[in-house]
Amino acid sequence: MIIHHPILGPRDAQEFVYLGDASLIDRPDGMTAGIEEFHEYLYQRTNPAGEHRELWYHEQGDRSWLVVTRNTVTHEITKVELARDVARSRGRSK
Amino acid sequence: MASLQAMTALGAREAAMVTVGSVTIAERVDVALASVAARRGHDLQPAANAAGVPLPGPARYQSGTPYSGFWVAPDMWFVEAPFATHELIADHLKAAFGAAASITEQTDAWVVFDLAAPDLAPLMERLCNVDFAGVSDGHATRTVIEHLGCYLVRQSRGNLRLYGPRSSAQSLLHALEAAALSAC
Repeated sequence: MIIHHPILGPRDAQEFVYLGDASLIDRPDGMTAGIEEFHEYLYQRTNPAGEHRELWYHEQGDRSWLVVTRNTVTHEITKVELARDVARSRGRSK
Repeated sequence: MASLQAMTALGAREAAMVTVGSVTIAERVDVALASVAARRGHDLQPAANAAGVPLPGPARYQSGTPYSGFWVAPDMWFVEAPFATHELIADHLKAAFGAAASITEQTDAWVVFDLAAPDLAPLMERLCNVDFAGVSDGHATRTVIEHLGCYLVRQSRGNLRLYGPRSSAQSLLHALEAAALSAC
């Protein structure tokens, strides 16, 4: 499987470490969110057969976090973004 | 007064030099290294130009005097300089960039090997997944050799520089020697 890194171009998936669902970016505010919301965030994952947004870490490259949109059935990758751009666009990063 | 002398990454007084067939592996102890990371919202280029610090684009190495640099991550570079004149390289760079960048001293975190051979491609294809024959001169990337995260800088088809973790210097050298035996 080849991941098209937004900066470095096509790279072997072997260079990356898989973390999981990209919804991890949307961590609730620990000071204001209730325990139910945190429980949802921590434990509840969807497991779609189809398009899935997930976090990959380029360990053997520039060590950037990526948000990869991948079809879990066909393994087709339709979009690769820098996770920091995604996080900032959602107002996550400082 | 104690008489102290620095030891190399391999625990010796002098830099190691190994020849296996046509491959020469030379440890370098005369290189000072520091990382430069741009703080958010700061453009380092003006200060870099003024101080003569090359900050090349993604996956590139750019040499200069006294500073050379290679890209390691978005908005982050490793900068090297001669140890004799720039032992305190982090202080030099801090003075150049001020509050625009975060600088960390890296000299003693790495072991540096310069490899030379008529053609290093057969050796590198045994060691890592970098397409050494395919990339251009000045290509710089992080890769894994013998389970160790290393930085590889291609100077030419027959010359490259490797930065490996200092605490695993002997393991890395062994891997280079073993692969060189097989490649020659």
